[in-house]
Amino acid sequence: MRLWKSKTSRQNIITLASVVVVFTVVFFLNQGRMLSRSLSGQLVPICVYIIMALSLNLTVGILGELSLGHAGFMSIGAFSGVLAVTSLGQYIGNPILLMIVAILIGGVMAAIFGFLIGIPVLRLRGDYLAIVTLAFGEIIKNVLNCLYVTIDADGLHVAMFSGAKLPGEFIINGPQGAKVSQHLSNFGTGFVLVIVVMLIIMNFVHSKEGRAIKAIRDNPIAAESVGLNITSYKMRAFVISAAMAGMAGVLFAMNYSAIEAKKFNFNTSISVLVMVVLGGMGSLRGSIVAAIVLTVLPELLRGFDDYRMLIYAIVLILVMLLNSNPRFQQFKITAKKKVTAMFRKKEAAKK
Amino acid sequence: MAFLSNFINGLSLGSIYAIIALGYTMVYGIAKMLNFAHGDVIMVGAYVSFVSIYSLGTPPILALLISMCVCTILGVVIERLAYRPLRSAASLAVLITAIGVSYLLQNVALLIWTSNTKVFPSIVSIGSLRIGSLTVTGETIVSIITCIVIMIGLTTFTAKTKTGKAMRAVSENRQAAELMGISVNRTISVTFAIGSALAAVAGVLYCSMYPVLVPTTGSIPGIKAFTAAVLGGIGSIPGTLVGGLLLGIIEIFGRAYISQDLSDAIVFAVLIIILLVKPNGLLGKKVTEKV
Repeated sequence: MRLWKSKTSRQNIITLASVVVVFTVVFFLNQGRMLSRSLSGQLVPICVYIIMALSLNLTVGILGELSLGHAGFMSIGAFSGVLAVTSLGQYIGNPILLMIVAILIGGVMAAIFGFLIGIPVLRLRGDYLAIVTLAFGEIIKNVLNCLYVTIDADGLHVAMFSGAKLPGEFIINGPQGAKVSQHLSNFGTGFVLVIVVMLIIMNFVHSKEGRAIKAIRDNPIAAESVGLNITSYKMRAFVISAAMAGMAGVLFAMNYSAIEAKKFNFNTSISVLVMVVLGGMGSLRGSIVAAIVLTVLPELLRGFDDYRMLIYAIVLILVMLLNSNPRFQQFKITAKKKVTAMFRKKEAAKK
Repeated sequence: MAFLSNFINGLSLGSIYAIIALGYTMVYGIAKMLNFAHGDVIMVGAYVSFVSIYSLGTPPILALLISMCVCTILGVVIERLAYRPLRSAASLAVLITAIGVSYLLQNVALLIWTSNTKVFPSIVSIGSLRIGSLTVTGETIVSIITCIVIMIGLTTFTAKTKTGKAMRAVSENRQAAELMGISVNRTISVTFAIGSALAAVAGVLYCSMYPVLVPTTGSIPGIKAFTAAVLGGIGSIPGTLVGGLLLGIIEIFGRAYISQDLSDAIVFAVLIIILLVKPNGLLGKKVTEKV
């Protein structure tokens, strides 16, 4: 029970356990068709956005660098996942194995791009870094929008302009996006992937690297002067974050029959960022809850249709204002104290 | 001739980007925040002048003035209600609030004016200029001249007037400025007022050139202008002019000579390359790090 004694591990175990419990309950409810149609359709997107929020939290919350192009990594993962499934589908018969391979390929591709993009990005600071991630996100979207890939017996054929004569059948057809040949995502896959990603992030944050990265976030100069290689540590966090966004992209793509590059735009990056900030920077639990709420909320508000996004915007502004209000912060602290005091009393009474 | 014509088109698009970017740059320099809602103020400005030309039948110049007034008020109100309470909060909280305001403006516009595309009438009544085989449209001339006038006006304003000096002082050191008796809140309000009025001008000019008006019209020029501000060195007025013009020219040349579809990617690639060579933008001040 050494794990239980450390506060962070205890918190992590509680988070992990509650996610497992909630997901298992939802899984069985879904199996028994007790969920409404719209909610059961939201299950895979919820998993996708949980992974996106967790991975962005690694960049924004733990590493402390604002990234505005996270959807770019998601789209790289999504498109390479689609390519992998279509081209390897004939060799790998087992859908679960195929999905695992696709997720790995998507993650690795996103990691490679994360590394390449990280080289210039991580040299910059603050808002300049943010705008360059935004720029990379837009470039990825724009290039994928002009990408044409076909497949035939000889393999894959790639072109970068419209009207190119390519042999075989289109997998990625420029602005019309990619055709997904097999529907491989389901709540089970999403569930497992969420747990895997949570374990990876928890371990990473808790490791030597994680502590180094937090030290760099809190004071880069001090961290550098005790001999930490800032760029190398930043790069590790950035690449892991990109890889996980890529995996989320594969999960996302395999849930639809076609995906378009323009779906992964600036707004997608921003909505993931909103999840991270609302959930609390650096808090895994917060990211998960915020991702679930913000994915389900627009669906719940579907009845108000025209006012849906308006309400979303107002709620967003009000929550931010409330959260930064000094009186509310004071209230949160006293409320927390009171609640813990109540529990202490109960425990004491039991003894 | 095609080269010269592209160059002039680039200049005129760049002037509009520069006018929008001024709003970003001034707010960033003084309030140290990225105002993501700025692009949507452009859209509101364009809609207001659209309404006043079509429904109220005002002459274009009056419509422009009305939309400048509306945007000024809008900018000040947004600052007062959404950003001022967050003055001491983390910069990310302000950023998210700005994004919230941006969604809010877009959706209010969607409710009022619906998502149907409106065809914006050009407010420029002067005709095209012909020199040999080169044709320069009235919109092009007007936007370049407007940009020059605004740049000169704003530089004089920040250099000579008391409010302008206060703005520079606040951007230099907020606490010291406050100790010298400058009202920081008032200065920031003035900044938002000027930035939003300029956004209205830019909105009208942009829509005169690309006459498609929908509630998301502002977001693309908004992002591009933000890029322009960073390219030139965010916080610097001459830098904004350089960044804006450069961005406009690169975009038009990229579209004409390299690829129609990849023009945005080219613009952003140039931004990345410039930031790698000059991490604070072309004319940005180098910030020395203190321990």
